[in-house]
Formats: sequence, structure tokens, C-alpha cells
Amino acid sequence: MKHYKESIGRKVFLLTNNISLILITVICLLPFLHIIAVSFSSKLAATAGEVGIIPVDFTFEAYGFVMKKSAFIVALGVSLKRVILGTSIYMLLTILTAYPLSKEVSKFRARTIYAWIFVFTMLFSGGLIPTYIIMVYTGLIDTIWALVIPTSAIVWNIILLLNFFRNIPKELEEAAFLDGAGHMAVLFKVFIPVSLPALATILLFIIVYHWNSWFDGLIYMNFPRNYPLQTYLQTVIVGFNPTNVSPDDLKRLQNISAKAVKAAQIFLGTLPILAVYPFLQRYFVTGIVLGSVKG
Amino acid sequence: MTLIVLPFLQKDCKIDFCEVIVLDKLKNKSFKSELPLHLMILPCLFFILVYSYGPMFGAVIAFQKFNPGLGFIKSQWVGWRNFEYIINTPGFLQILWNTIYIAFLKIVWGMVIPIVVALMLNETANKLLKRGIQTSLYLPYFLSWVILAGIIIDIFALKGSVNNIIGIFGVKPIFFLGDNRWFRTVLVLTETWKNFGFGTIIYMAAITSISPNLYEAAIVDGAGRWRQTWHITLPGMRTIIILLATLSLGSVLNAGFDQIFNLYSPMVYQTADIIDTFVYRLGIVQAQYGPSTAVGLFKSAVSLILISSSYYMAYKFAEYRIF
Repeated sequence: MKHYKESIGRKVFLLTNNISLILITVICLLPFLHIIAVSFSSKLAATAGEVGIIPVDFTFEAYGFVMKKSAFIVALGVSLKRVILGTSIYMLLTILTAYPLSKEVSKFRARTIYAWIFVFTMLFSGGLIPTYIIMVYTGLIDTIWALVIPTSAIVWNIILLLNFFRNIPKELEEAAFLDGAGHMAVLFKVFIPVSLPALATILLFIIVYHWNSWFDGLIYMNFPRNYPLQTYLQTVIVGFNPTNVSPDDLKRLQNISAKAVKAAQIFLGTLPILAVYPFLQRYFVTGIVLGSVKG
Repeated sequence: MTLIVLPFLQKDCKIDFCEVIVLDKLKNKSFKSELPLHLMILPCLFFILVYSYGPMFGAVIAFQKFNPGLGFIKSQWVGWRNFEYIINTPGFLQILWNTIYIAFLKIVWGMVIPIVVALMLNETANKLLKRGIQTSLYLPYFLSWVILAGIIIDIFALKGSVNNIIGIFGVKPIFFLGDNRWFRTVLVLTETWKNFGFGTIIYMAAITSISPNLYEAAIVDGAGRWRQTWHITLPGMRTIIILLATLSLGSVLNAGFDQIFNLYSPMVYQTADIIDTFVYRLGIVQAQYGPSTAVGLFKSAVSLILISSSYYMAYKFAEYRIF
């Protein structure tokens, strides 16, 4: 942007503009500040609705309570399990699938057919109940695999990666083939090292996805001990699902968290996202931007 | 509407003439050399066939009086009866209307706000401020609706922050999440709040890709900032705006299940019950598998037409290709 002489009107405009932007940002962040404040406040103050954006009677008691809650810890374990398992399977399958699909038809004749088989699933789906029934018939209900298998093929990201592979200079690939490398070797020794930004993008995507996923846990798990964290949070924070409540749950729910404890659970549920947030910025944004501006 | 990750656009691949001739001669050997590629696709293909195509065939439940014990094959066939049952359900039209109306509102606001904020950010010269604001704005995008619902339920409660604030102005407390007059507004507002930061980044990228020469020429011609924005910035964003608007057409039946499920209650079914929540209640809660699948099938079929059309239009107008 060129510098030019700024009139008073322009200066006023810029000031209002910046102030408005800051105001918008602050308003956007206020709800989070409020919840964090509630989580660090005493139970009494929280329930009475006294807390604004600063904790009242600062205390860690809500967090202490949550940490001792075995249901929370169990659900946390399930979530960690699914993130690790799901991410590994997903990355492996996505890489293995994107590579052949990135080949031109001359080198891989079935390519277009496979591509359409995958893309069609983005256009049409069987629906909630048929998917649920298939899960039942394949015996995945109440297992960790129910949370991990369906997401092992996310076509969107396969396409993202395959387009990235396509843009890798052919010379690199040809040189490797001339050296006698097979497809697997080319994929892992040539393509992967060069594709780190794209891989980082899809890696972060799947980590966030698995951490935030709550609905699959709700419908595929019959016992609360199998719930991932977000599903568990859903049942205590938002409301309980009448089809899943067992007598143990009712007892647990009767000790339903006070506001401060709920707030603490909410905040803990966001921690991993906050932790990877700086990385999300770098990779997500570049990935999105590169993809969208070319039109 | 969640903003979608747009994959890299594909440039036309060029095949060298020499390559073609050489490859022709290798045809006999080519399947052997292709075998590893087939094997690599196999695992993913297997899962897709079972868990994506399997349910597509399972949608036959929509035409059956389904009994999980008997399965797809043996359950009784009832033809279109499930569909008739749905169409005659009172309130089904309302559900359809809610879905489209809420989705439409979300799409519109989900474009307008990010564009406006992107334009505002564009005026900011301070890079640190720009980065800081962008970073803060798109945090809600990465949080789950369970988390956000927890926050929203708290601040929109009868004794929550929002009511406390409007109470200062003498307005009586409103039960936002239980009031049919306010619920949709809360839905659209909070969804926009969640997603607009992300959209802002896309539009900002579009703005920065506009050639500075255009601005310089305009300044020479005596154009002020407003005219520059109207005649250069906005037209420069036109392609991406049209692209995103076209693509969002495909999701006009997705009014946001995650959000609505976590915020709604029977009190607001009238204005906020959407196709997806209806399918959930019918199928999972009431175990009416046939009718639930029928609604789902209807939605999938219409979505197929919408999404395919939107991709086709995006291809025609903005040269957007998926692969």
C-alpha cells in the first residue's frame, strides 16, 4: 500500500476502524474469559452468578474436583487413545491413498475410476441409521474402532494431499525410479520429506477432529466408560441423552457439577486445541489460503 | 455452515509426447508396475466400501419395516409407506422450512461478516494488530460445539451475562434458548461468531492478491479510499466470493446439527428442529428405523443434486476443480 498524505478525515476513519476491530475482538473473546474466570472462582460465587471476567474468590477447587472425578479421567483416556490410534491409521491411509491417485492416468490406468469411487462418497451418503446399522453388523459398537475406523478415509484431505503430490517436480520422482526405487520407496523417501507442510496441515486437522468428536461416541457407545472426553462433556454440560442413562449415571448426575466445575471441565476440554493453536495458525492458514486463492 | 477447506486447485497436466510413445511400448509390463499402486489404495478402499458404500446400500431400510434382528435382507418390504408416513407427519414441512431458512441465514451472515471484517482489517496498517486480531478471531472455529454450547448455555441463561448486561438498560430477562422468537437469532449469531474468523482469513488472502498497481493507478486518477474499495477491492474479491457462495449452495440442507442438537430443547422445536435432528430423534431415540432412513435418504438425494450442481457451477464460473 502506497503512503499518501492522510487527511484528518482519513485519520479519524482509521482510528474508528481500529477501535471497532479491537472491540469486536474483545467481544469475541469475552465468553471464554468469562468461563475461565468462573472455573477459577469459588463454587458459591459461581452459582450466584457473580463472576464477570475476573475470578471471584480465586481457587483451584473446581479443577481439583474434576481431576478426582474418575469418569472424567476415564473419558480423557479414551480420547487420548482415539487421537493416537485414529491419527496414526488416518495418516498412513491418507498417504498411501493419495500417492497412487496423484499419478497420471498414463501411469496408473485405474486412477480415474478409483478417484470417482472416493469422490462420490463426498456427494452422497447412506445416512445416519444405515451407517449405525453397519457399525452394529461389523461388531464395532462399544469398541474404540467405532471411533477410529470411519474417519480413516476423509476424502477431502486425500484430495488435498494428492494435489500437493501432483505439484512435486517430476524430476525428483524420475530420478528415484532410475535409481531403482519402487513405489513405496519413492513415496516415503522422496514425496513425504517434500510434503511436510501439507502433511502438517492434515495431521493437525485430524488431531483437532478426533479431539472434538463427540457424536460418534454418543451413538456408538452404550456405556459411559467408553465415552471419549467430548461425549462425556456433552452428557454433563449440555444435557443427558435419555437413551443412554444407566442407574450409575443417574447417581453421578445427581452430583451434577456446580457451575464452577462445569466451567473447569469446559476449559480442560479446550486445552489441547489451545496447545496446538500456534501450529494450527501456520499450517491451516497456509493450506487454506493456497487452496482457495487460485480461482 | 462450516467453512470448508478448499484443496489445492489442479493445473492441467501435460503429458510429453515422448512419454506417451514410450509408455505404449511398456503396456505389457504396466500392470506389474501398477500393482503396488493398487495395493496401496486397497486398505482405504476397503474401509470406504464397507463404511461409506455399505450404508448407501443399507439405505434400503427406507423401504422396509426394518427389524435389526432380521437385517436388510429379511426385513419386510413396505415400499413408499415410510415416506408417506413422514410426509403426513404434522410439522414435517415446518422442519424442512426451518432447515432451509436457518441454513440460508447462516450462509448469508457467514459471508457478509467475514467480508466486512476483512475489509476493515485491510485498512489497518499495523501488522502486529492485524496478526493479533486474526489469531484471536479464529479461535472459536477450532473448538467443538459441546464446548461452545457449554459457554453459550451459561452466558445466555436467565441469570447469565447477556441478561445481566441488558438488565443494565432496563430490559427484562429473556430466556433466549427457550424462546422461539430468539432462538434462531442465537443460532445464527453464535455460528457466525464461531466461524467468521476463519472466513476473514480467506477473504484477506484474496484481498492481498490484488495487484497494488491497480490501487496506484486509482490514486493517480484521484480516487479516495472508499472508491478504491468499491471499484478495486470488492471486484478483486468477486471470484472467491462467487466461488464460496456457489459451493455453499450444496450445504443448504445442513443447518448445523452439532450446534442445534446441543442448544435446542422441545421448547424450540417449532423454529429450530431441522432435518438432521428429526432424523436423530426418529431413528436413534424412537428406533423408527424405516421412517428415519426415509428422511435421511430424501436429504441425501436432494443434497446430491445440490452439491453436484454447485460443483458444476463452480467449475463453470470459477474454474474450480476438485481433482
